[in-house]
Amino acid sequence: MAISRTPWVDNRRSGRASAPPRGASGVVFRQPSRAELCGSRATERRPWLRFALPLLIGLAVLAAWWSACAAGAFPAGTVPAPGEVAVAFVQELGSGRLVVHAVASLYRVAWGFVGAVLAAVPLGLVIGRSAMTRAALLPWINFFRSLSPIAWVPFAIVWFGLGDPPAIFIIFLATFFQIVLATAAAAAAVPRVYDRVALDLELTAREVLFQITFPAILPQLVTALRVAIGVAWMVVVAAEMIARESGLGYLILDARSGLRMDLVVVAMITIGAIGIGLDVLFARLARLDRVRWGFER
Amino acid sequence: MTPILELSGVGFDYPGVPVIDGLDLAVAAGELVVCVGPSGCGKSTLLALLGGHLAPTRGTIARRGQSRTIYQDGGLFPWLTVRENIARGLPRGTARAEADRKVADWLAITRLAEFAAAYPHQLSGGMRQRVELARALAAETDILLCDEPFSALDYQARARMRRELVATLADRPRTVVFVTHDIEEAVQLGDRVVVLGERPTRVQRILPLAMPRPRSPAAPGVPEAEQAILEEVGLP
Repeated sequence: MAISRTPWVDNRRSGRASAPPRGASGVVFRQPSRAELCGSRATERRPWLRFALPLLIGLAVLAAWWSACAAGAFPAGTVPAPGEVAVAFVQELGSGRLVVHAVASLYRVAWGFVGAVLAAVPLGLVIGRSAMTRAALLPWINFFRSLSPIAWVPFAIVWFGLGDPPAIFIIFLATFFQIVLATAAAAAAVPRVYDRVALDLELTAREVLFQITFPAILPQLVTALRVAIGVAWMVVVAAEMIARESGLGYLILDARSGLRMDLVVVAMITIGAIGIGLDVLFARLARLDRVRWGFER
Repeated sequence: MTPILELSGVGFDYPGVPVIDGLDLAVAAGELVVCVGPSGCGKSTLLALLGGHLAPTRGTIARRGQSRTIYQDGGLFPWLTVRENIARGLPRGTARAEADRKVADWLAITRLAEFAAAYPHQLSGGMRQRVELARALAAETDILLCDEPFSALDYQARARMRRELVATLADRPRTVVFVTHDIEEAVQLGDRVVVLGERPTRVQRILPLAMPRPRSPAAPGVPEAEQAILEEVGLP
């Protein structure tokens, strides 16, 4: 079957004429642009806008912030001027302290998050595929999911003392139940026709789980992980404010104690920037061939 | 000759809903049997019983051979490429070189070589059904079960796919049970057309068709057979 991979649009409707080929009937055709195929979105037509627009907003906020500080709009010591923040940022970066705090936070997030993924995905698969397990465990998963991870801080300190373990434990709890639920929902929605194909292929239960159910839920799982890493990053800052002596959360608490609001803003900017970086990283996972199909159908 | 598929007094109930009741049918090796019936009469359930995906509530089913099923849509694994989908259908333990050769053969037979690295969502409906056909036939099982495989396609693609199925089966004979609600399709394909009744379904009539294939809509015997089936389902 000869399938044309090049869609054509009738040029008469758009009124443009860009060296078009002529069809047998004399109707003039031209190839639609990528932007037209994507619904004429402005950012598709001008990709540089995706960088320029946020930059413009940032510059506008910076200008407003700088003007307000210069005009003395804030009581002394409540809002640092952009210049003070820039100086503090350079000092913290130069001394290496900012990197040490950021690495400490990322370390805890990595352990807590990876631990949660390793425990939650298999459990979610089982819950999604077994109605009995779902009936038994889902109410409890929902019960614990609705508890704020910060509510566990007293137990985390009592059980694990100070140091990395309580923060890792809090991050684990913050993401574990979310990932279980997302995995279970995705696994329960895997089309039943795949089970029948699996029967024809004589796959074992283990093969069905790893060769059918897991790849079938991968797109939804990647989306769930993207949300969960954002939550983990939010929670580590809160956990470090309470239970740690390093990390970006601790830096905020320590700077506030020393009335260094410029340092508080430095920590906030760093947290936000790393948050964006983590999100971009997980968004890139959606471009992998084994994942992308779920977003292109 | 012993039938390759034999159903005796088969019944199947979903909880509280009898779907099939007292169904008897024998299918000989190499035969192409088409089952037609109204929507919801249990055609797909019958195919699931024949494929061993469901167990009958009553009666017995003798299946003397392996089977593969082609579905209406969505039976392919969307995370695998065309090549990987066909390879996935090969019997367990097929050697790598043998698998590569078979996949290449089926890509050529179904004219999909150019799209070997494409994913199902990148193909047209007709091309996806050709991949399903290739995956099912590459396994070289004795029985092919078709669950309205062309009903999601447009008229032209459906007509083309019927011809392709007939041509492919002429070179590589299989026993086929083909379920459809399309009477024209049933008459163009079947060695026999089995007319199923309303739910709980049973065989209402079996119509043998001896016309040579491919059968055009106006070929001798085709309109008469269609008329006979229409009368059987109460639409004279």
